[in-house]
Amino acid sequence: MTYKTDLPVMMPVAPRQPEPFLRLSLWHAVPIAALTIIAASLAFAAADDTRLSPLAVLANWIPLLLQGFVFNLAISVSAMALGTVVGAMLGLGQISPIRLMSSSSWFVTQFFRNAPWLVLLFFAMFLLPFEVSIFGLKIPFPDWFKAILGLSLPVMANVSEIVRGAVRSLPSGQWEAAESLAYTRGQTLWLVILPQCVKRMLPPWMNLYSILTMATVLASIVGVSEVMTLTGRALSAEGGRPELLAPFYGFVLLLFFAYCYPIARFTVHLEKKFAVIT
Amino acid sequence: MEFIFEWFRVLYDETGINLPFLYDSYDRNRMVNGFLTTIWLSVVCLFFSIIIGVIGAWLQGSAFTWTRRIVNGYIQVFRNTPPLVQLYFFYFAIGTILPKVENDWGGQSPILGSFAWAAISLSFFAGAFNVEIFRSGIEAVPKSTVEAAEALGFSKIQIYKDITLPLAFRVVLPALNNNLVNLVKTTTLAYAIAVPEMLYEANQIWSDNVNVTEMMLFMLLAYFFLVGILVGGMNRWERAMKIPGYG
Repeated sequence: MTYKTDLPVMMPVAPRQPEPFLRLSLWHAVPIAALTIIAASLAFAAADDTRLSPLAVLANWIPLLLQGFVFNLAISVSAMALGTVVGAMLGLGQISPIRLMSSSSWFVTQFFRNAPWLVLLFFAMFLLPFEVSIFGLKIPFPDWFKAILGLSLPVMANVSEIVRGAVRSLPSGQWEAAESLAYTRGQTLWLVILPQCVKRMLPPWMNLYSILTMATVLASIVGVSEVMTLTGRALSAEGGRPELLAPFYGFVLLLFFAYCYPIARFTVHLEKKFAVIT
Repeated sequence: MEFIFEWFRVLYDETGINLPFLYDSYDRNRMVNGFLTTIWLSVVCLFFSIIIGVIGAWLQGSAFTWTRRIVNGYIQVFRNTPPLVQLYFFYFAIGTILPKVENDWGGQSPILGSFAWAAISLSFFAGAFNVEIFRSGIEAVPKSTVEAAEALGFSKIQIYKDITLPLAFRVVLPALNNNLVNLVKTTTLAYAIAVPEMLYEANQIWSDNVNVTEMMLFMLLAYFFLVGILVGGMNRWERAMKIPGYG
């Protein structure tokens, strides 16, 4: 509440408004849409009229592309789940008091953090067998499954660093207080330290998920039929018309933007909410 | 040197561990060229992305609402879309719209090659992160320092060039190094549009020699050491640049 007054008094300080999340203003999509439409119409103006316009062709293919995009999301969710579970264990290994455990976890984390995502994806794609036989039972490894494994490797390393960073960022007084209350190390971790870490880990974890979602298109390079592969196939099915390229790739850009931008906004919102006031 | 190379040939004959980029001079040249291309692409992208970052951060502080909005739109679009799709968009969609030039053999070739498009696309991608990084650095410079410079009669450009940037630079260095490491890792995407960088050359070699396992492990180790050396060097630089009392 604000007051209007001429008196020379200090107004009460307005409480800091947290940024409203999901403030998706429409104009954010305008640059992409404008770019695709202008590029498409420019190129189309030169072509003859007997064929469908680029946007009409795109509209025909949208259901298929959306299916591919859902597949991307499925890959990203599974890779995130797998990477988070393994990464959390690796992160706890990094803060272990056992010297061998912590140094080996540290090495594994650094190794997979320093390698590019694409190289790790190639690694998983080419070095894993296409099927494994356990007790005579043949379990096939389809390429999408290998893609999930390949993408979860860097996720694992990054989650490990997030866990380690969050635990390190807690004041050591928490550990000492728990120790003075006769908690064991395991109890301290589970009952005192980790519950406080969840808040700190959430924003970087969501950031990582957004990066992972954008990395799922890498699977197209190794032949998984996700949205990018389908786009390529749709383009060649239409006879490789050059004026189709901009709308199709623009549409894929738009799909990812529509999915990742709200996540990014929500992450910023959480970061502000959980910010430690110093 | 030849002796060492020959040793790897013997290793192949004896154990079957095939490392042709060490004993075969043709494959060795390909690997070295790929490595140099990766470095060169990283350096070019680093240079342009920093320029984009500095200009963008400066424009974000402008008085015009629309300038700020356009810069923000650029940042959000490039941060929230996959770099690979951006690369395809630049290379295939924009690359085909641009006029073609006649090449030495009388044919038509695109005005910009795959390396140029990779450099442009990755620069814009890394630049979008740099704008945010530089802006946070500029905001970290105390207002009183800027006011003191104003009182001493510095012009707006001079304040930016001589006061704000050198101080902000030290604040942003850790984040900038992080982005640089990311950039080096992202150069592998140029593989998708056939830029002959390290991963692409490795692919050529394993296609010729059918030694995927060895090449894949070598790639992992190569990037591990490349990025490791980079991180180590950057940390040293951060310590050397430190001004007591700031950050």
